Amino acid sequence: MSYEFDFGSLLASWPQFLAGAWLTIQLSFPATLIGFVAGTLLAIARRSSVAWLVRASGIYVEVIRNTPLLVQVFLVFFGLSSMGWKVSAFSAALLSLVINVAAYSCEIMRAGMDSVHKGQLEAAECLGLTRRQVYWHVILRPAMEKVYPALTSQFVLLMLASSITSQISVEELTAAAARVQSETFRPFEAYIFVAVAYLGLSLLMRAGLWAFGQMIFTRRRRLGAQGAGR
Amino acid sequence: MNAVVELRDVHKSFGSNVVLKGVSFSIPKGQVVAIIGRSGSGKSTALRCMNHLELIDSGTIHVCGHAIHSPDIDLRRLRMDVGIVFQSYNLFPHLTVEENVTLAPVAVKKKSGAQAREIAERTLRQVGLADKARAYPEQLSGGQQQRVAIARSLAMEPKVMLFDEVTSALDPQLTGEVLRVIEALAADGMTMVLVTHEMEFAARVADTIIFMHHGKVWETGPGTMLRDPQTPELREFLAHGL
Amino acid sequence: MISGGLNLHHLYFLLIGAGWTICLSLIAFIGGGIGGGIVALARISPLRWVRWLAIAYIQLIQGTPLLVVLFVCYFGISILGFSLPGIIAAGVAMVVYVSAYLGEIWRGCIESVARTQWEAAECLALSRTQRMRLVILPQAVRIATPSTVGFMVQIVKNTSLASIVGFVELVRAGQLINNSIFQPFVVYVLIAVVYFAMCYPLSAWSRKLERRMQFGARAVGEV
Repeated sequence: MSYEFDFGSLLASWPQFLAGAWLTIQLSFPATLIGFVAGTLLAIARRSSVAWLVRASGIYVEVIRNTPLLVQVFLVFFGLSSMGWKVSAFSAALLSLVINVAAYSCEIMRAGMDSVHKGQLEAAECLGLTRRQVYWHVILRPAMEKVYPALTSQFVLLMLASSITSQISVEELTAAAARVQSETFRPFEAYIFVAVAYLGLSLLMRAGLWAFGQMIFTRRRRLGAQGAGR
Repeated sequence: MNAVVELRDVHKSFGSNVVLKGVSFSIPKGQVVAIIGRSGSGKSTALRCMNHLELIDSGTIHVCGHAIHSPDIDLRRLRMDVGIVFQSYNLFPHLTVEENVTLAPVAVKKKSGAQAREIAERTLRQVGLADKARAYPEQLSGGQQQRVAIARSLAMEPKVMLFDEVTSALDPQLTGEVLRVIEALAADGMTMVLVTHEMEFAARVADTIIFMHHGKVWETGPGTMLRDPQTPELREFLAHGL
Repeated sequence: MISGGLNLHHLYFLLIGAGWTICLSLIAFIGGGIGGGIVALARISPLRWVRWLAIAYIQLIQGTPLLVVLFVCYFGISILGFSLPGIIAAGVAMVVYVSAYLGEIWRGCIESVARTQWEAAECLALSRTQRMRLVILPQAVRIATPSTVGFMVQIVKNTSLASIVGFVELVRAGQLINNSIFQPFVVYVLIAVVYFAMCYPLSAWSRKLERRMQFGARAVGEV
């Protein structure tokens, strides 16, 4: 192999990588938050007694889960502009990520909510709690705690999937690599570097989400992971 | 040495929990020994140590001439000489009854298919289930599955059989069929160690009963020991059950 | 929904693209399946360094976007001096990606075979290889079927990224069509419909398999 690796040439481009990583975070963080809330609302709709709500949310989830994110991103981007709305690439990217993660969060939350024992609902009602209180205290909060690991994995996947938005010219981390390699003519090194950067980001994200979980789920913190969810 | 099984001053802890605090006993060939005691007394642990399913911290164990405590032990030879039947039968769900029984003779003892099937037929007849050879475990009752588990161990022609609370998971009306098989094996002269809660059965079938308490051998004696306990702990155990 | 410009020729071209999608998916599944088997067995090997190698591989691939893996393979291959068509880079990247994910899924399935089955096999004097081959793996395969079928959906969807390195599968075919008729929204809706037609049956099948497993044979004799 007559190729000489040159990672040094990447050093000069570190501001671009940093800017790209920052944009990845700016994209993933809100998408995770909004997507989770939307997904939970969808899950509630899926489990409701209103027939058309159940149908509609079901169709939504199935369509999103059975089509590639790349196609969804393009559809949102071209769809919005064909309707005359001038949106930035970033907004289109954020919207498509939210739409995507909402569907997956919906399924995860639904599984968590379905696993709550009927007996607990009866006990709560017999204690005089209103329906809304029962939903929050007996269904949603335990469900969130139980499926938190699955949600964490899904959110990390979302951050990694944000790389796809580089295809509609969002200047996130993967696009930064493309930019750098067009200037330094070192594509292999640039993408290896970015791979490592994503690895670091996903580890950071996992650690952060774990710490957050320890903070808000006090039972998990006190009993240790074994105590939770049994 | 005349003893087929010999434990000397065996100690075993799980983390900070000391389960066996110096257990010693020996079993001559052809004898049936029943180990009784409360849950947590260490009786199942002692049994599992005999088969190298648990490693001991100190002391020695000799079974059929194998030094269990030694790091050089030949586990495959040990497992061919010692058979064990578990509380939860552990039959292989993806194989038929016959395949469950012939698996080890073919894979380990290199018997031919025909030889193995003969062995299977013999042992299944011994436990009274020759007609269920083609059935799958999920189609059998708990008592039937346990008897298949016994046949599966017998097919390897072991010198010693260990039984770990084999009727504890069964409905009361199913324990009888399993106990009858064990009694027949005892009459045939098999050396056996049974960890059990069936006091009446132990008194009738066992040559020696070992009562374990707090990780030690507290009292041993013949079956009559249960009618005339010497130590207050055994008296308490017999009076109040498990 | 055939609007101005879109004709039968275009649809035919799209379907050929879909055919290539299926082709790449099969390569990914078979190659990645073999790789995944190796990774799963390495992950539970009694040798510590083998285990750590497998863990490192899985963590690396699962912590990197598939798009980046794809680019690394694409540019890596050209560094090695080969000038191969896009499908090779895409194939290699997909096989690497699938083997890491399937390996981890299958490892979970092997470990979910009850500990007591391992003990029973061990106590019958079976060697470790015999235990795996005769007792554990047959049960693990049954447990693994629903999630493996479910993952096939991910494979089909992820082949869409191959369009980015120029491989003419379904998405690229659509983009080429769009270059002549300039109706991106319609084209992408069509592409989405074709993907849905391919993926939904697999998703439904996976759910059916999972339901059957929950109500069918449970591990017997489990106390």
